[in-house]
Amino acid sequence: MFRKYTVQLILVTLGGIITYLAYEELIGLYTLSVLMFMGVNIIMSTSLNLVNGNMGEFSCGHAGFMCVGAYVSSLLGVLLFSKDKIFGPPLLNPDLAIYFFPLVIIAGGIAAAFAGLLVALPSYKTRGDYLAIITIAANYIIISSIENLNVIGGSRGFMGMKKVINAMEDIIYLPWMVIWVFVFTVATVWALRRYTSSTFGKGVAAICQDEVAAEIMSVNTNKIKTITFMLSSGLAGIAGGLFAYIIGYVNPGSFNILKSTEALVMVYLGGMGSLSGAVLSAILFTVLLELLRPLQIIKWVVIPLLLIVLMQFRPEGIMGNRELSDIFPRLKRFYKFK
Amino acid sequence: MQTQTTSSMPVLEIRKMTQRFGGLVAVSNFSVTLGRNQLTGLIGPNGAGKTTVFNLISGFYQPSEGEIFINGTPTAGLKPHKVTSLGVARTFQNIRLWNQMSVLDNIRVAQHGSLDYGFFGAMFRTRSYVDCEAKIEKEARELLEIFELDKQADELPTNLAYGLQRKLEIVRALSEKPQLLLLDEPAAGLNSVDAQELIRLIHWIHETFDVTILLIEHHMDVVMELCSEIKVIDFGQTIAEGTPEQIRNHPAVITAYLGDDTI
Ligand SMILES: Nc1ncnc2c1ncn2[C@@H]1O[C@H](COP(=O)(O)OP(=O)(O)O)[C@@H](O)[C@H]1O
Ligand SMILES: [Mg+2]
Repeated sequence: MFRKYTVQLILVTLGGIITYLAYEELIGLYTLSVLMFMGVNIIMSTSLNLVNGNMGEFSCGHAGFMCVGAYVSSLLGVLLFSKDKIFGPPLLNPDLAIYFFPLVIIAGGIAAAFAGLLVALPSYKTRGDYLAIITIAANYIIISSIENLNVIGGSRGFMGMKKVINAMEDIIYLPWMVIWVFVFTVATVWALRRYTSSTFGKGVAAICQDEVAAEIMSVNTNKIKTITFMLSSGLAGIAGGLFAYIIGYVNPGSFNILKSTEALVMVYLGGMGSLSGAVLSAILFTVLLELLRPLQIIKWVVIPLLLIVLMQFRPEGIMGNRELSDIFPRLKRFYKFK
Repeated sequence: MQTQTTSSMPVLEIRKMTQRFGGLVAVSNFSVTLGRNQLTGLIGPNGAGKTTVFNLISGFYQPSEGEIFINGTPTAGLKPHKVTSLGVARTFQNIRLWNQMSVLDNIRVAQHGSLDYGFFGAMFRTRSYVDCEAKIEKEARELLEIFELDKQADELPTNLAYGLQRKLEIVRALSEKPQLLLLDEPAAGLNSVDAQELIRLIHWIHETFDVTILLIEHHMDVVMELCSEIKVIDFGQTIAEGTPEQIRNHPAVITAYLGDDTI
């Protein structure tokens, strides 16, 4: 039964090829960074899709949680593994960075998950438009708090993450960021798939479709909402951590409402509630953003225009609420993704 | 389906329950005691407060006054999913299925109260996850087969005929293995043929499953045919209770249903 392992096989091969190409410097730094942003965007769009698509809430502050993850994992990484003006000498031997790096990213995710409570707790009583306003407020609270924290650079931002990556490369020379972005992207999609396909996670869809019926038919709706918001914001935090280490620099300004809107655009482009749609649209969106880069600031006229056109002619997005396997049922013969 | 409870303990006991919405008294001083395996009817004209009684029992509202006990456990302050886990399941007057998930998934989600795993179990596909999911799917499919809905297991509920949707809602409630089943106008909107079939179905469920049923029905004849005990409410007040024979000839009931000609 190969079917059981085709997805794993394809992913390992794909990851291997990208890593090899990056290692041999057969693809340029620019292409490589576009590929990595693609991964970050996939995590952002699939995790937002969980709340906006699967649960039917309207979160428009997703970048706030990305910001929490970016800062926590940046600060933690620099504090532990590199010499810094603020934190002084590293707390641990920089040689250990190579082992601890994924944990540093996950720590950022966990912090962001707890920041997600900022939205999860009000969601017990609040729905729809009102909750949307709370998500915007959460986004602002997070970035304004950091702007006012001068110890970590305030609005000027924070850097030093490149040194952590360098410390990792000194031990074993590999394109570490490429590898970790790939691993976390795959893990995110996998986790979301597992969550939404379990009976437990189908509670999310039940809440979306009829919350009263869900609660009365034994779904602990508050618990499911909490877990869903925390998972979604935690994954955004992981995306943020990766983003920070790719660029080597973070500032609160890059996680404002505009960034949240990018995530929203990806979700709506892909189709609400479709995991494969969210992956596809993140890939498409990243490429589109790069193609439009010569337009500079005008791209923020063109992209919203595209959104208007999309809403007019295909409001359900690329995939609607279907998955790839619903559109091409024959694919199921070749793979099993669970 | 055999959950052992002391036979003397009523499955449902409501003591002097009142529910106000602002100035409106939707349910007033309502009391009832249901023993095991009883099939009781709750009737009354539109707006009498029947659905409100169900909403109170299922914990959707907290009563303004009075107490509710399920198998002796007071439900005050419990969220609806907690009340459900005490052994209460219900259907809705306006069908409330989850329309964008399959018939099978509608049954699966209703098993949330008895899941043996949580978030991390789902993430890591633990032993208990695998076993629990397998058991849920097996039991759900068996139940659908019993009620001849197995062919539609992968359909969306909206693709089912109206009568089948009503039936599915009852099956979804039964899948939670309740000791108390609340049916809110299950025959509403059905033509007389389908309604007759549904009556037989409820009768059969009552015979087959060890379950106490409280049935709201708008149509007197349906309740008369099915129930051994009937309670009649009007404007939130209990105006009569007794056997179908007693109810049929009760002057207050006749007045409530046919209008008071003396005014
Ligand atoms: N949530 C609510 N808020 C205000 N009034 C309500 C509410 N629910 C029910 N009512 C009122 O309570 C009365 C009883 O309603 P209901 O229990 O639905 O009647 P029935 O099911 O017997 O037709 C009606 O007058 C209805 O308008
Ligand atoms: Mg009613």
